[in-house]
Amino acid sequence: MSLEREIDIELAQAEISRRTFLRTAAIGAGGLVIAIHLPACSRKPAAAVEPFAPNAFLRIGADDTITFYCDKSEMGQGVYTALPSLIAEELGVAVDRLRVEFAPPGDAYTNALLGGQVTGGSTSVRDSWVKLRTAGAQARTMLVAAAAQEWETDAANLRVENGAVISADGKSKLTFGALAGEAAKLPVPKEVPLKDPGSFTVIGKGRTRLDTPSKTDGTAQFGIDVKLPEMLYAALAQSPVLGGKVKSVDDAKARAMPGVRDVVQTSSGVAVVADTWWQARQARDVLAIEWDAGVRAALNDGTILRGLRQASAQAGIEAKKEGDAQAAIKSSRRVVTEAYDLPLLAHATLEPQNCTADVKADGCDVYVPTQVQVFAQQAAAKASGLPAGQVRIHTTFLGGGFGRRLETDFIPAAVEASKKVGKPVKVLWTREDDMTHDVYRPAAYNVCTGAFDRDGKLIAWQHHLTAPSITKRWIPGLIKDGTVDPFCVEAAANYPYDVPNVLVDWVEHDLGLDVGYWRSVSHALNCFSTESFMDELAAAAKKDPVEFRMALLEKQRRYRAVLERAVKESGYGSAEKGRFHGVAVMEGYGTYMAQVAEISLEGGNVKVHRIVCAVDCGRVINPSIATAQVESSVIFGLTAALWGEINIYGGRAQQTNFDHYRLMRMNEAPRIDTYLVESSEDPGGMGEPAVALVAPAVANAIYRANGRRVRSLPFSRHQLA
Amino acid sequence: MLKINVNGRDLETDADPQTPLLWVLRDSLGLTGTKYGCGMALCGACTVHIDGQPARSCVTPVSSVGTKAVTTIEGLSPDRSHPVQRAWIELDVPQCGYCQSGQIMSAVALLAQKPKPTDEDINAAMAGNICRCGTYQRIRAAIHRAAELQSSG
Repeated sequence: MSLEREIDIELAQAEISRRTFLRTAAIGAGGLVIAIHLPACSRKPAAAVEPFAPNAFLRIGADDTITFYCDKSEMGQGVYTALPSLIAEELGVAVDRLRVEFAPPGDAYTNALLGGQVTGGSTSVRDSWVKLRTAGAQARTMLVAAAAQEWETDAANLRVENGAVISADGKSKLTFGALAGEAAKLPVPKEVPLKDPGSFTVIGKGRTRLDTPSKTDGTAQFGIDVKLPEMLYAALAQSPVLGGKVKSVDDAKARAMPGVRDVVQTSSGVAVVADTWWQARQARDVLAIEWDAGVRAALNDGTILRGLRQASAQAGIEAKKEGDAQAAIKSSRRVVTEAYDLPLLAHATLEPQNCTADVKADGCDVYVPTQVQVFAQQAAAKASGLPAGQVRIHTTFLGGGFGRRLETDFIPAAVEASKKVGKPVKVLWTREDDMTHDVYRPAAYNVCTGAFDRDGKLIAWQHHLTAPSITKRWIPGLIKDGTVDPFCVEAAANYPYDVPNVLVDWVEHDLGLDVGYWRSVSHALNCFSTESFMDELAAAAKKDPVEFRMALLEKQRRYRAVLERAVKESGYGSAEKGRFHGVAVMEGYGTYMAQVAEISLEGGNVKVHRIVCAVDCGRVINPSIATAQVESSVIFGLTAALWGEINIYGGRAQQTNFDHYRLMRMNEAPRIDTYLVESSEDPGGMGEPAVALVAPAVANAIYRANGRRVRSLPFSRHQLA
Repeated sequence: MLKINVNGRDLETDADPQTPLLWVLRDSLGLTGTKYGCGMALCGACTVHIDGQPARSCVTPVSSVGTKAVTTIEGLSPDRSHPVQRAWIELDVPQCGYCQSGQIMSAVALLAQKPKPTDEDINAAMAGNICRCGTYQRIRAAIHRAAELQSSG
């Protein structure tokens, strides 16, 4: 048998019977790195070549293929390129040498910042910064050691270039593939030195994304595109009222429609299974279903608003306390207090929710655009009745995530339908299904109070937040009564201004419907109230909003730097006639940002011409991607600020498609100028923070334009002229 | 059986004549590059060309196409060599990428009409293509770049 054939068999066996041992190694301060060592396959007496897989992230084949198992989901934020860049830097290859595959569920892929295998919270680079560089360095160290062994020389004499180890005199060279077999026999080093950032050749460069080519020719595969042999398609009838249940179904007409194979009652509604999706969808429309609407039928905008107001009258749980804000406010002669309202919002990923499941007696394959591989596995296991270990999750590209794909509600119906019909089934939601069965961004009600002393100095800041806890539903038991949900007090508990008495507290209030994490989560709620109210206080103090902030940020170097940069680049203070500037600053996800919005008022509406964003996100992995995330977040946040709201009536979302849930188009988009401040700090997150500054920056500009405060979003509720 | 011409090939489909062209392309013919976003011709993700003109395939019954030539993203080039695709790659336009097939098809049609479009021309022609990831600034720059590549041959 040829060596190549032996290698193929070894690799195949490793694939089928892979068992993992966990060895944890603490590397550096605060970083937990999990190094997975794949046990040797049964060793053959002849020179067998083992696959070289020193950790769960890398596999190097004898044929020189280098595979990176990407544990984060690609939803546009660029992990498909940024994470391989971390590996490539230390491994010593060009980024595009790495073949990227999405990792399966596994303990090795736990996101240390979130405690589970989750892509979210702008944590991908932060979680991977040490972990993936270490993974690359481990592999490099072992490959060099294997070459050193082969050439009977010191590893220190060798260098790595373009995926090969080269001797000091340059005369000997062995590719990673050639070394893979020997390297696989070596122990995986626990401690490996990482490159000095001054010598980075990959990190910090704005190279083309690895997924760009396939996203320009239609070959990139999203969940909606998955095709399996003999696959059937399903359309799902869900309760029109959120959370309602099926009472009775008359499916006779539906079953008689062309192409229909079955009608399946699933745990999330009635699925019509057919040869094509269009046939399934047509047949779904002729199902006669009686629904038991359930308690949410009483839910509407009025009940939601009143509930928030009433809850706000209660005392909250302290999230930040310095001095005694309540006493300072009581004894002040100059107190300002205002309330801010934020609406429910839809995620509106352009790819509607979908899931493809292939359930067999001994296992099941699920193909899904998910941000949570282990939760997806658990949901599919529950729906199929199979043990989790027999459920394989295949993550596709996501046509947008924004937090919607942290949920697993679109998985069970596909699994249950496939189990029933005995064939693979793809369930695809319509846009209407998606918009009316979202897990909405919560509504919230924030009350801000500020007090000045006799000299006009701001001496007290109180921020009283009222909003539901998403985390309580997500991880029951984590947020105990009386403790703060950290995902409710972002951009509030970190109040940066130098004020002697500060109180930030939060009242938990269940709105009566399930709510979910939406890009930037409570940053978008709380930055609106914080930065709008700081402007109101500046006006009360008769100070320019930027000067007012700078005076209170003397101890905050990184905030000051981005604010100065945004002011400088935007021409703040010297707007042309009819144009007005508004500013906002925020720290979130370890990243400091300032934005200046330039607007005009036209016919009762605000027109946003330009957003300038200065960013200190520490070390930038790829400036092109980082800039793209600012552009993306600004459009996302501006869309919501201008028009975004989901209205509830009778427990049903009233917006059903993009005719009434308006999304920004090219002809409406402002110019966005992004300035990345040089920094050697550890990387901060970039997927979300810029979303949160847009609404207050624009609201503050509107005030400059017409002297009126907008304290509830979206702006379209208000007549602005 | 209905006959349609897609990307230069004569194909047959037994889909119901009222089936939107989008679903015939995706599910019957396996051309999944064209996407579904709204089903109401609001988002443009389903944009194809019919005789070179941009059309929203989600509201175009397959029977209405007749003998006209349908071009999808897959038919632009075998190897991403179309100037618009080259410009898209050069400027690193896509983020999630879901809308990009439709964006590219609309851009190709625009440049066929207006080889040197202004920003206003671009905004007007591309207003029907939503990008939830907000890549508009780069799309506009890429269209200008594609115009350059096209004129330089």
